Amino acid sequence: MDFFLEVLIGGLLAGIMYSMVAIGFVLIYKASGVFNFAQGSMVLFAALTFVSLVERGFAFWSAFATTLGAMLALAWAIERGVLRPLVNRPPITLFMATLGVSFIIEGLAQLLWGAQVHGLELGIKDEPIDLGGILLSRFDLFAAGIAALLVLALSLLFSRTRIGLSLRSVASDPLAALATGIRVQRIWAVVWAVAGFVGLIAGLLWGARLGVQFSLSLVVLKALPVLIIGGFSSIGGAIVGGLIVGAGEKLAEVYAGPVIGDGLENWFPYVLALLFLLVRPAGLFGQRTIERV
Amino acid sequence: MLLSETGQFSTCYAHDRRAFRLRQERVGLGLVLAFAFLVVPAWASDYWFSAILIPFLILSLAGLGLNLLTGYAGQLSLGSAAFMAVGAFAAYNFQLRIEGLPFLVSLALGGLVAALAGVVFGLPSLRIKGFYLIVSTLAAQFLVQWGLTKFGWFSNFNPSGVITAPPLTILGQDLSSPAGRYLLTLLVVTALFFLAGRIVRSDLGRNWMAVRDMDSAAAVIGIPVARSKLLAFAVSSFYCGVAGSLWAFTYLGTVEPHGFDLNRSFQVLFIIIIGGMGSILGNFLGAAFIVLLPLLLSNLGGSLLAGVIDQGHIENLQKILFGLLIILFLIREPDGLASLWRSLRARARVWPLRA
Amino acid sequence: MSALSASALLLAVEHVSLSFGGVKAVTDISFSVPRGEICALIGPNGAGKSSLLNVINGVYRPQGGRVVYDGLVTSRSAPRQAALGGIARTFQNVALFKGMSVLDNVLTGRNVRVGAGWIEQVLGLPRARAEADLHRHRAEEILAFLHIQAHRDTPVGKLPYGLQKRVELARAIASEPQLLLLDEPMAGMNLEEKMDMSCFILDINRDLGTTVVLIEHDLGVVMDISDHVVVLDYGRKIADGPPARVRDDPQVIAAYIGAH
Repeated sequence: MDFFLEVLIGGLLAGIMYSMVAIGFVLIYKASGVFNFAQGSMVLFAALTFVSLVERGFAFWSAFATTLGAMLALAWAIERGVLRPLVNRPPITLFMATLGVSFIIEGLAQLLWGAQVHGLELGIKDEPIDLGGILLSRFDLFAAGIAALLVLALSLLFSRTRIGLSLRSVASDPLAALATGIRVQRIWAVVWAVAGFVGLIAGLLWGARLGVQFSLSLVVLKALPVLIIGGFSSIGGAIVGGLIVGAGEKLAEVYAGPVIGDGLENWFPYVLALLFLLVRPAGLFGQRTIERV
Repeated sequence: MLLSETGQFSTCYAHDRRAFRLRQERVGLGLVLAFAFLVVPAWASDYWFSAILIPFLILSLAGLGLNLLTGYAGQLSLGSAAFMAVGAFAAYNFQLRIEGLPFLVSLALGGLVAALAGVVFGLPSLRIKGFYLIVSTLAAQFLVQWGLTKFGWFSNFNPSGVITAPPLTILGQDLSSPAGRYLLTLLVVTALFFLAGRIVRSDLGRNWMAVRDMDSAAAVIGIPVARSKLLAFAVSSFYCGVAGSLWAFTYLGTVEPHGFDLNRSFQVLFIIIIGGMGSILGNFLGAAFIVLLPLLLSNLGGSLLAGVIDQGHIENLQKILFGLLIILFLIREPDGLASLWRSLRARARVWPLRA
Repeated sequence: MSALSASALLLAVEHVSLSFGGVKAVTDISFSVPRGEICALIGPNGAGKSSLLNVINGVYRPQGGRVVYDGLVTSRSAPRQAALGGIARTFQNVALFKGMSVLDNVLTGRNVRVGAGWIEQVLGLPRARAEADLHRHRAEEILAFLHIQAHRDTPVGKLPYGLQKRVELARAIASEPQLLLLDEPMAGMNLEEKMDMSCFILDINRDLGTTVVLIEHDLGVVMDISDHVVVLDYGRKIADGPPARVRDDPQVIAAYIGAH
């Protein structure tokens, strides 16, 4: 039983890491209706930039600030160069454009900083701590704490600030928001910037865990099933989805792995997401729309 | 005037239904086919066959497969490479396990197995739509790759999961030379393109487009939406499956599951974005672009920029360039190279006069 | 209801109720439409008219009551079954296939009449070819009937609104329906276009013998072309009868003008 709990909690904590990527995704989807495949490459870009700056002698906070600046510039460039010219196009077109964006960012990141693997040290030792007989990773607990802070900050941003209000109105109806004088395009840029910030945080945590390298951009493939389960438009859903995927994946690995073979973590989240979809086609927290004809 | 319609009236509906209605178009098509079947094999070098023409033809076919599903039936897929893999490994096993099975038959059987896999992963499309659907096709992508690597039976217990092409003979003719493999590929690809041209002009093709444009209205006017979607998955996967077999047998000679990874799926997707969704010809244009651009870049990089930047950087530059091109096409020419072709054609109708 | 009148009835809506998550759209509505009639559904916005059409052709399943069409209970059927049974419709917001030509849109309307399978068609077998000729011929007749042959090869997305409405009507009658449901066929049209559309509807009803149920806000048009008017308000039926009688009904006047 203790072993089961240990696996379960370990999985849940790992799931929070997935949620971090998924949250950036949800923000963008909510505000601009774009299914942003480039979120993974934004994570890679942020982590790679940060780690390269640190290696070149930057202090933690100045590297953090510079990277954040780079993410903001990236968000601005995407809004100007991709979103604005593609306004009013079908969502599938925008999705494919973000595929293009992810290629550009990945190429750019490696062109600038090289393709080798970088270690990233956040000063958190990844040693297990014992909680009532259950061994937990200190690093995972730290990551969970950061995630909680992030969600808190985001919800304050949305509920307490003017920008949050504009953001919610753009999310619910861009045309109506435009009519009331909200500068929709600026809101888009802000949201992409916030998503870039979330990407930076996720990049640091993931980078510290796996090392900063190209495969970091593949976390987007883990975030997708998380989104599907949680629904595209709910931050809470992204968290719960992450927990479900993290726990499910770990349990499957430990209990089903020996039976059907290892390496199933690549596809298991997708099959899980599919099962969820068949029961709830709009995700756990997505709104079911009544089709009008 | 080049494409003058003067005097070419359709006198029955059958004439009007033809894909190539004008005499000039049919003559042009005949010339292209004659060139591809007769002139090219006599003239091209082995390098052209192996590095350019064969992959170009196969990628056109894979593009066509995805285009039928995404461009015509409106169902987005990121799993084309999975169905290519299913086709390749199935055809390989048919060849391996059934003594004396003709190559073309195992190609078709491989395609059918891929079609079946397509239907299975297409089933969720009956309940879920749009972006949610990419989860099903991505599941196909990862599950297939994992299964083919994991279970040795598929690759006849080759330790690294590699399958090797059987000798390519058709009716006793050995087609293992580069020119022979080119002709074999050309034959299959040409036949399947003609078939696809007929499918999209049939009621099935119209039903696909209706589902793509507005599936709720399609259901109300009586179009069997579920059946149409599943058939789109089946036909599309059949095409991808055959393309996968050709990729393994006439292009590479050996292949492992890793050769059909997510990047291959993206490559096929880019072919239809650049070539043009909802177009048959566009697949050739997109595939030509995808095959030629990297060659051009690395030659350019090799000669012009030699010593300035290394090979790894060229790869990154290529990636950036592809990303930029995708976005540029989506913004400027959402119907791809095929729409450039269409406007050229419209000009040719009045040339040398001006409209 | 006697057996005699039942056979003369094409459509009977019996005590139909429909709600969306607690919001009542339609409450206990009954009315019937004899064969060959033009029946108009009128009422203020949000009265439940479109929902009722959606119940009739199987898009929505009512929580209560049933729909009897051509002597059969159809309340459980799917839209495709309704279409196969001879119910065609147009939509309030034009629902054409935007990427396809006018001709192809009309041909999709013929799909319920297609007998040959797709493999037969792709191979070009004799039966499929003959059938394709027939469908094309019928489609051309309809294009001529509605005066839109000139736009045969135009993608419908490029046509002006009034013509799109007409193409939608063409697609609907291409299936040779017994019952035609028209959801605001004249919305957003000027007087001239409305007159054209009214003539088309009357022609379809008279020449093809198609029974028509239509939703329309222009009371002038409704009174002129319909045999029978059903008035809804807040999801309930408040009047049902010939145009002249409905027009003078105090409840109808109250619903429209808001007098007490």
